[in-house]
Amino acid sequence: MASGEVILHTKGLGKYFHQPVSFKVLDDISFEAYRGEFLTLVGKSGSGKSTLLYCLSTMDTTYEGELFIAGEKITGKKADDLAALRNSSIGFVFQFHYLLPEFTCLKNVMIPALKLGKYHYREIEERAYAKLEALGLKDQALKQTSKLSGGQQQRVSIARALINDPAIIMCDEPTGNLDSKNTGIVFDMFMQIAHDSGQTIIAVTHDNDFAQASDRTIELADGKIISHDKIFGSSDFRPR
Amino acid sequence: MKKSVNIDIAVTHIITRKKQTAVAALGVTIGVAIYLFMNSLSSGFTKFSRDEIFKNNAHIKIYKDNEICEPIMASAADCTAIIINPQITTRSNKIINPEALLASVKGLPFVVNALAQVSFDAFYNRGKAQLRGNGSGVSMVEYDAMFYIGKYMVGGSVAALQGNLNGIIIGSGIADKLSLGMGDNITVSSSYGVVKIMKIVGIFKTGSSLNDNSKSYVNVSAAQQFVLQGPSYISAIFLNTPDPDQSGKFAAQLQQLTPYKVEDWKTTNADVLAADKTRGAMMTAISFSILLVASFGIYNILSATISQKINDIAILKATGFSGKDVIRIFMYEAVMMGCIGTIAGLLFGGVLIGIMSKVYMGGPVGYFPIRFELPLFMGSMLLGLLITCCAGFFPARKAAAVDPVEIFRK
Repeated sequence: MASGEVILHTKGLGKYFHQPVSFKVLDDISFEAYRGEFLTLVGKSGSGKSTLLYCLSTMDTTYEGELFIAGEKITGKKADDLAALRNSSIGFVFQFHYLLPEFTCLKNVMIPALKLGKYHYREIEERAYAKLEALGLKDQALKQTSKLSGGQQQRVSIARALINDPAIIMCDEPTGNLDSKNTGIVFDMFMQIAHDSGQTIIAVTHDNDFAQASDRTIELADGKIISHDKIFGSSDFRPR
Repeated sequence: MKKSVNIDIAVTHIITRKKQTAVAALGVTIGVAIYLFMNSLSSGFTKFSRDEIFKNNAHIKIYKDNEICEPIMASAADCTAIIINPQITTRSNKIINPEALLASVKGLPFVVNALAQVSFDAFYNRGKAQLRGNGSGVSMVEYDAMFYIGKYMVGGSVAALQGNLNGIIIGSGIADKLSLGMGDNITVSSSYGVVKIMKIVGIFKTGSSLNDNSKSYVNVSAAQQFVLQGPSYISAIFLNTPDPDQSGKFAAQLQQLTPYKVEDWKTTNADVLAADKTRGAMMTAISFSILLVASFGIYNILSATISQKINDIAILKATGFSGKDVIRIFMYEAVMMGCIGTIAGLLFGGVLIGIMSKVYMGGPVGYFPIRFELPLFMGSMLLGLLITCCAGFFPARKAAAVDPVEIFRK
């Protein structure tokens, strides 16, 4: 594993919750995530796995310790810089799709790219079409998001997470709201993204099958890492 | 690119929530319309009452004021001044060497036109009927240039008095009461006992009964005869300045040049102006409150939108929109609602003004004194937009402070 390129790592990450009583929810978390890795975070409810993900996401900045993305120290950056970083380098998939209901699927996918402003509108539109096509949703592109099924909505939100070709895709229970068929589709998609495009996926899940099928699983309990388990053999993990 | 996506989102919100947008905009529409209408009304009234003042008052008047007699013994350090029965002096109110003063006043850069006047108490007689009033001896052409009396002439003309020492222009009330018409003779006597038979060469009707029932105009020399004075006697000099609002300043300058009393129209008409000011303040306060209430519509609707869209705001922030972007999105929405409302309000207010200006009030007022005034339109527009921006800013700031983690963890 040491052979892979580290895309994200933490040094002694800790976090307290102060409501209702002071409580250490994360304690001295240090780990690395590699380029092209499909990493899952598991643990019982209250183990701190979601809290850890939101610290990694740069949206939660009230932690101690340090967070690095692509070798750059993220801890202590300004909120606007963090927003720009999320825009360009991190994609998000949540348990609920969080699509904007007023917009078409296509527009939902395009919005982060329009915000990034790297390409012209036409190009962004083409890229969004391509992403939706890859996820089997091309014919739904111009529909309002509310007209789609749950599985389709989640796939649209994955397309949105991918539109800016982020180095890291963070997922919080991405299949928590899906049936087994759609879970399978989403899982295969993640595998493909990680292994073919070299993008890192960090997913919080309580679905053991989902976790076991991923490249590596980090298990948390009471705010501490209790195992860096690697389910598959190192031959299966192909860091770029 | 960055800007356009914020606008894009704001426009989509506005379009997909037509009803809320319409309600918010309608509030602003009514607010701006009423603000514009009431201020136009107030401005029209003020203009009207000023015109009324300037019918009879010049911007600045120079006259010899009554003097209180000096103490018999001058006040010294150790003794009290003795004044026995202080009263105004009996010296006449004439201005010495008025031609020189008038000429020097006319030469001043800020004097548009100046006019000498001899006023006297007049009694208009026909047979046994007698009316009391007052006469003015003026150069009628110059008087017309200053007070536009020609506008109110119902018979004859101002020019007819020029060089006609026996001519008189009288108010329509006097003519009616004494049953006199153009070309008739009228017997005029003064408080000094001078009696003259004069020929009516003009009749005016200003709409003010005070004027129409008492006022008459004769030549300066005729007036001087009425008060038993020589050709150097003048009771007052009137002058107009380019800007009536600046008259106080000019009056102060003039006071440096002459020992006589210099009074600007604001001092003379302080009561009318105070009433105008009070009305203006009241109108502004009422209309501003209405506009303020209207702005709460935008505040409420934007607040409700933000509460409903809290998930959307969270995902926007997660996907890289900064707090500033979120503020911009909602500010654009507020400004769009405000623009729609303000433009509609200006149109609506304009229609109200248009209708009101066609309402005939009768009497000396004529049509309702309200006009389209561009500065008021501009002011209402700016204020409408400013208030919607303020009303939008607070909810927008609340939206910017949304913590996405809190939303996603629910």
